[in-house]
Amino acid sequence: MVTLTSSTAAQRPDFAAIANWIKPNSKILDLGCGDGALLKYLQQKHRIFGFGVEIDDANVLGCLRNGINVIQSDLESGLSGFADNSFDYVILSQTLQAMKHTERIIREMLRVGREGIVSFPNFGHWKNRLQVIQGHMPVSDALPYHWYDTPNIHLCTLGDFENLCKQCDAKILERRVMKQDRPIRFLPNLRGKLAFYRFERQNKSPKSTQD
Amino acid sequence: MQDLNSVGIVIPQYVHIDKPLELKSGSTLNSYHLVYETYGRLNADRSNALLICHALSGNHHVAGLYADKPKSTGWWDNIVGPGKPIDTNKFFVIGVNNLGGCHGSTGPASIDPLTNHQYGAKFPIVTVEDWVETQAQLADHLGITQFAAVVGGSLGGMQALQWTLNYPEKIRHAVVIAAAAKLTAQNIAFNDVARQAILTDQDFYGGDYYTYNTVPRRGLRLARMLGHITYLSDHSMATKFGRDLRDGKFSFGYDVEFEIESYLRYQGDKFTDLFDANSYLLMTRALDYFDPANAYNGDLTAAFKAIKARFLVLSFTTDWRFSPERSRDIVKALLNNNINVSYAEITSAHGHDSFLMNDAYYHQLVQAYMNNIEV
Repeated sequence: MVTLTSSTAAQRPDFAAIANWIKPNSKILDLGCGDGALLKYLQQKHRIFGFGVEIDDANVLGCLRNGINVIQSDLESGLSGFADNSFDYVILSQTLQAMKHTERIIREMLRVGREGIVSFPNFGHWKNRLQVIQGHMPVSDALPYHWYDTPNIHLCTLGDFENLCKQCDAKILERRVMKQDRPIRFLPNLRGKLAFYRFERQNKSPKSTQD
Repeated sequence: MQDLNSVGIVIPQYVHIDKPLELKSGSTLNSYHLVYETYGRLNADRSNALLICHALSGNHHVAGLYADKPKSTGWWDNIVGPGKPIDTNKFFVIGVNNLGGCHGSTGPASIDPLTNHQYGAKFPIVTVEDWVETQAQLADHLGITQFAAVVGGSLGGMQALQWTLNYPEKIRHAVVIAAAAKLTAQNIAFNDVARQAILTDQDFYGGDYYTYNTVPRRGLRLARMLGHITYLSDHSMATKFGRDLRDGKFSFGYDVEFEIESYLRYQGDKFTDLFDANSYLLMTRALDYFDPANAYNGDLTAAFKAIKARFLVLSFTTDWRFSPERSRDIVKALLNNNINVSYAEITSAHGHDSFLMNDAYYHQLVQAYMNNIEV
């Protein structure tokens, strides 16, 4: 068990970054959870009680094989199956940029969770900017797709995301910007490849998204 | 050809239970018997028992074959057997015919020991809760103190759910497939039309047709035809039958012309040879009455407070009789109680009947869940 956890941490520095923010024994909802690898990692490291949400059949099956609770559902239709304030953390790991209803999912995360954690590839990274200046849509290890086959329809920079948080009444509690497994503190919007944010509701009582 | 993944030849067993059963309706059955089958072996710690609950027309013969009857394959043989998703090398699997049924357990066609005549109309209405009580008696008889899992589809899924409410300590996992925490008005409506077909058949005699050596065939046949329509999807019917005509042209009458008519009549006729009309009435009523939230002002979350089991809930996209929404109601109430639950919505063209079909994703899900159950 221990070896698996440490090897996962080495292979997935983004998991380790998220795990640093998670309090032990907390209740977690992981949106777009894939085969449940992050939840399994958090379970082993922090004894969390977790549920994943996933739409893809192969991933749902992967979760069951990993012994992870999973709810097969489309994030684009919101989180109506989950009650207000019912999770300590709602995680959206590298999925935001592929969602149609970006703003709605942030609001839903704020409704369902006491805190939200989002990670996404930083479009403001200098190599991306360079490729755009050279006249092309960026292709990189963090954004490995071509413009015509990418699932990433809502790419953003750190600044863009922070503006969205303001608009959604989300108060940013912590930010971490990384390049592979190294934290980037100097010029993060230029040098960081992957951004992590931890946020909560500006106003603590959950706002219903019925309106 | 011998199926290596079959449990092989099976023999039904009987248990007579003398402990009076106080039914939800208020009446009491002083004694009754249950017919059941088992597959696999109960392990030394008795921790690998798995109960399969049947749906409306099912029975205890879940898997395997009867000797000298090559067509007698059990109704869920595609999922239960050695190496199959419900693996009889791992689990001690039990199938039981519900009380009130017509395949060997005490039911309306059985002899009432008080009168020495068949019960007929006198057989009391039984509910899902009552069935769970009888299944718990069977578990006692077999020396099982806790089920590793209780599994069921449709009405069987309701029983698996009821197990977690009646006996939270006696069940570790519930697998609830194509079920609901209560029937919708539309669903009850279908049941009522089916019952009306039987109740208004001239051969029904108020339920005492055994005395007259007849059966309400027309009523039961219609009931089954109607039910069958609701178990399929528009799409599967269109694909299988379309508007195909048996003779390629209209005959301008009311005999069987369309293939779908032929199919439904065949299904209806076949069913009347296999099933008792009184049992059909009773099973559909049990479906209607099932509503664990009713005692909690309709609050399913409150009804689920005592649950300790872990859940796998499955639904099928084209199932309109027990739609995915109804499964999601169950999942939501479980989540509200911090119960471990996984839910999958399986894309299938076959409507409610999907739960009996051999779909790769569906069976892989069940297998993956079962593999992680500790015994």
